[in-house]
Amino acid sequence: MIPPMTITEKILARHAGLDTVRPGDIVRVDVDLALANDITAPLAIKVFHALGVTQVFDPNKVALVPDHFVPNKDIPSAQQAKGMAEFALAYGITHYFRPGEAGIEHVLLPEQGLVKPGDLIMGADSHTCTYGALGAFSAGVGSTDLGVIMATGKTWLKVPPTVRLLYEGKTGPWIGGKDLILHTIGRLGVEGATYKALEFTGETVRSLSMAQRLTMANMAVEAGAKNGIFAPDPVTRDFMADRSQEAGVFLESDPDAHYEQSISIDVTQIRPQVALPHSPDNVYAVSDIPPVSLDQVFIGSCTNGRIEDLRAAAEILEGRKRARETRLIVIPGSPRVYLQAIQEGIIETFLRAGAVIGPPCCGPCLGGHMGVLAKGERALSTTNRNFEGRMGHPGSEVYLAGPQVAAASAVLGRTGGPEEL
Amino acid sequence: MKLKGRVWKFKDHINTDLIVPARFLNSSEEAMLARSCFADIRPGFSEEVREGDMVVAGANFGCGSSREHAPVALKAAGIRGVIAGSFARIFYRNAFNIGLPVLECPEAAAAFSDGDVLCVDLDSGRITDPEGDIALWAEPIPPFMQDIIASGGLVAHTRKGLGQRGFRP
Repeated sequence: MIPPMTITEKILARHAGLDTVRPGDIVRVDVDLALANDITAPLAIKVFHALGVTQVFDPNKVALVPDHFVPNKDIPSAQQAKGMAEFALAYGITHYFRPGEAGIEHVLLPEQGLVKPGDLIMGADSHTCTYGALGAFSAGVGSTDLGVIMATGKTWLKVPPTVRLLYEGKTGPWIGGKDLILHTIGRLGVEGATYKALEFTGETVRSLSMAQRLTMANMAVEAGAKNGIFAPDPVTRDFMADRSQEAGVFLESDPDAHYEQSISIDVTQIRPQVALPHSPDNVYAVSDIPPVSLDQVFIGSCTNGRIEDLRAAAEILEGRKRARETRLIVIPGSPRVYLQAIQEGIIETFLRAGAVIGPPCCGPCLGGHMGVLAKGERALSTTNRNFEGRMGHPGSEVYLAGPQVAAASAVLGRTGGPEEL
Repeated sequence: MKLKGRVWKFKDHINTDLIVPARFLNSSEEAMLARSCFADIRPGFSEEVREGDMVVAGANFGCGSSREHAPVALKAAGIRGVIAGSFARIFYRNAFNIGLPVLECPEAAAAFSDGDVLCVDLDSGRITDPEGDIALWAEPIPPFMQDIIASGGLVAHTRKGLGQRGFRP
């Protein structure tokens, strides 16, 4: 008889060709999709060549997405992007995205139907954990691991113990996935789930849209987790039906599966959240902090760059203007998101509100370009990290929040919630 | 293997943005990355660091971005080992993959200060100082990771395997 397993354990067992796995087991697994971006691919390609192999394990199972420093911000980043494009051409990589096709990797791949329930996805980007929203196992690795995966299609993983997060109750006004995950990270701490799987369960998450789930799984790594995962359900089925011929493999945890810990979260008490500098676990209700003035508000990123996020922000910005001293930058996460935002009139709302619209890319999230902060400047951002200097000068500050708080704060010119407008 | 080196001491939660700020990620050249190492949190590090030095830090070292540039920069700068209270998982894996030994020892950060000399026996996990006043034990390295180190990193380990039937990366 097969002992009960969590969804994470089931996916790892299937990909290891085993009936069962237990936390702590080291397993060799087949990888369904290997992902790298313009920053991590160059190192992975060096490793790939050092291995002396002549082809990638499967040209249909490698995704290369230029998104961090594109459109190329300087000569060295142009060289990196060019090297990646040449590699994609030379090795016949199916899922290489050219400028105009590319967006933020973790917005783009689910949108294109390239990640499916039950898949095992490894990416040279820490936010690869995003795909757990679809009921896949996905985790970030470094470039050496990714280079080896591109060559062999295999990697080794230690089976993580699972922490179950049980969300109960109906959310209040202005509460989205970002508020739920910030609240959760505030409770767990930035190393509260190190090496572990986070499983998002409970009646509340069943009613969350795929966009909200992607936002939550995206930030599992901010608690140190290896992966974050939702059991696939009718929301997942509908999402896949619009994007892929294949529905994927729907797995769920056995009722008597072993969890290292179960944490109940009553969402009825959660108010719009904000993470203060310089840590994603430094979380408060925005209404509980003394307001601080803002030099910049950024709406976008792999956490909150989807059409649902832009709609939520636009609803608040409609007919309003950003504060005079506060810059507002909006970056749609993919060309499809951008086009839809244009068709829905959302881009016009942003422009009339005084926003700058950037092309689909990671933008200022990691302080690379398109909105870098000066010394002493303060930003509120819908991104996932507010480390010292993350968005620019080491003497700058970042506050993290969801799109509603970001839009309201842009209007107020300071931190604040939508209820203040 | 035994290592002995001068200590550079860091706090808890040193993320990979602090090890290599993102503005330097437009290059993957080792010399460039070495120059960017700890550029914001410890200006001057790259000029003062010497071959064989060690990093000692608190909990959750290497959290955040998966950028392998972080351990590559440390190694290229001359750092020969990192001893921290705990490590974020992607950094831990990356460090082994590129052949930078890292050891978990929660007591080390309190026992060592900047400029102290630290001795570590990678085989046993024994951490000492030359005077013999400090004697700590690090968590043993998992056997699977020891195999990768013994091969000389993941690339060498994989190359070796690619030449064999029934290869197991």
